[in-house]
Amino acid sequence: MRFMPKSIALISALACAGVAQAADIKIGIAEALTGGAAQYGVAIRNGFQLAADEINAKGGINGNKIALVIEDEQAKKEEGINVFKKLIFQDKVLMIFGPTLSNSFFAAGPVANAAKTVVFGTSVTANGITDIGPYTFRNSVMESDVLPITVATATKHYKLQKVAVIYGNDDAFTKSGYDVFKKVLEEQKLPVTTTETYVKGDVDFKAQLTKIKGSNPDAIVCSCLAEEAANIMLQARGLGIKAPFIGGNGFNSPKLFEISKLAGEGTFVGSPWSNTNPAPANKAFVAAYQQKFGSEPNQFAAQGYDALHIAAAALKDVKLSGDIAADREALKNALPKATINGATGPFKFRPAQTKTGKPGGWDADQKPFIYIVKGGKFTLYDSK
Amino acid sequence: MLEQQLLNALTLGSVYALFALGFTLVFGVLAVINLSHGAIFMVGSYAALWLVSHLDAPLWLAMLGAMLLSGTLGLLVDVLILKPLRARNAPHLTPMIATIGVGIMLTSAAQGMFGAEVLRFPEETLPAGEFIVGGVHVRALEIAIVAIAFILMAVLFTALKRTQLGRALRAIAESPKAASLLGINVEGLFHVTSFVAAALGGIAGVLIGLDFNAITPQMGQPMLHKGLAVIILGGMGDIRGALIGGLFLGFAEVISKAYLSSQMGDAVAFGLLFLILLVRPSGLFGRVLERKA
Repeated sequence: MRFMPKSIALISALACAGVAQAADIKIGIAEALTGGAAQYGVAIRNGFQLAADEINAKGGINGNKIALVIEDEQAKKEEGINVFKKLIFQDKVLMIFGPTLSNSFFAAGPVANAAKTVVFGTSVTANGITDIGPYTFRNSVMESDVLPITVATATKHYKLQKVAVIYGNDDAFTKSGYDVFKKVLEEQKLPVTTTETYVKGDVDFKAQLTKIKGSNPDAIVCSCLAEEAANIMLQARGLGIKAPFIGGNGFNSPKLFEISKLAGEGTFVGSPWSNTNPAPANKAFVAAYQQKFGSEPNQFAAQGYDALHIAAAALKDVKLSGDIAADREALKNALPKATINGATGPFKFRPAQTKTGKPGGWDADQKPFIYIVKGGKFTLYDSK
Repeated sequence: MLEQQLLNALTLGSVYALFALGFTLVFGVLAVINLSHGAIFMVGSYAALWLVSHLDAPLWLAMLGAMLLSGTLGLLVDVLILKPLRARNAPHLTPMIATIGVGIMLTSAAQGMFGAEVLRFPEETLPAGEFIVGGVHVRALEIAIVAIAFILMAVLFTALKRTQLGRALRAIAESPKAASLLGINVEGLFHVTSFVAAALGGIAGVLIGLDFNAITPQMGQPMLHKGLAVIILGGMGDIRGALIGGLFLGFAEVISKAYLSSQMGDAVAFGLLFLILLVRPSGLFGRVLERKA
């Protein structure tokens, strides 16, 4: 990662074609490519690959090509830590994107922060992620930014009087989603009829749902991952529950409706990204993604794609010295100022509000899109 | 809502009972805790799913196929693994550990063939229709599950009590050596037992897969723990015990989720189990060192 004049870089690139090139900017990608969170992790990796191809096709950043070092963290804490150590100390990457789930980020993030290496999450929305330290960044729009708008919109649309709540209480992501929902429901003075929980791996939700049915809510607030949410919807309809659902970020997967079919009609969910957003940056992203991967992109791909463009924007202003420690520090200092107009709309960072008062990392400052589910599809909500 | 919860509990409990039945049968006759029973349960689920989605088999045929396949698998486990161990007079723990290995192999094989993600029966294959009886939402599927579970259990009971085969099996449960001296083909009946037990495990897998609509390679693991609890509660090797124990666990789980807290389901169920064992260390129907089936 030595910085060289362009001509030398070119010669050396020609000289050692096929070998790792001296002028490559090595960037670590640690996402869950197998296991339960693979549906998110694979989409994120695709987003990164698309963005890297685009940046490299335009000649890279100040002439330096981006080289992604992709690792599978399997959505496991231990694996996340292993992969982070490999990327930081062995591959000596400039920065790391990932891991996919908040659980893994809480485990692996401190490793990067202690090694003074930027760690940038694209899909980690739990509270306190960027409390880990000044080297933590994320462009994941947090639940606390999205849910108040989701709940308020659904309340208005359905004229909700009272809601029931169900959430997974042993998963950092769904638990912190619940905490935000709880706060939002209190703030918006929406009474809760009953609060039910389940644990990861549960497939039988009938006891909880029967209880919810008995409390007769106008809607069911659900902080769950897509797989569980789909099963909950199906079993709720089987029990004769007609109330619509209000979901957190876990609902943002096409998988939800592949499984639940029409059981999720009328569901409200907020998302940092909309595939129907007509902004040119988003249209270009959707078209390029479809061409490269032959499938529709989702929010996670869009955030991965934008994240690399954010890093690229910051790297334009960084003079790489070849001293990995100094370069990592320079990137950390340049990143908070980066802004782009990406697939998820205009993006900038804002300093994290840490609970402890210690200097924290950087969170996304972005507005969400609100969807309602119609015909088994996310449809951008039009309040008229 | 109590009626609805009772129905939830009955469905869950009868599948637990069906699963535990095969588990306890193998223990009663072969004196082996077959820890691959959870994986065989999972294989049953995948087999039915495959038959339904690849061969467009009707559900009843898929269930039959799943029973045959998982039964054959159970038979193979007995012939290839348990029999050689028996022949060598292996100590008690050896077959148990060997079956853990079988379980791991089957789980990994399923993961390799079908992937780690959750699979489901196609919607159109599920028995449609639901009706409301006195405020309780009953799905045709739930009735089918409870009916199939109870019919199979009744068949097994009758077979054990009334047929020559059943008498022979009970004789082996008392003492394999004595049974063999009486001219009973002990090895042959070990194979039959393994087949029947695994077939029951396999069909339980299909029923759970249908009811909760989530089939994963790991689905057998929690079931194995629950099955173990059920047969300990019922008395190791006791058929009635497996039935009552299975229903008990289903009811304890659902009722504690409904009336205490949904976080407490397993805690209460297993806490009760512990209390019962304090009072009756050999389980509800177990008679220590007397007889096993």
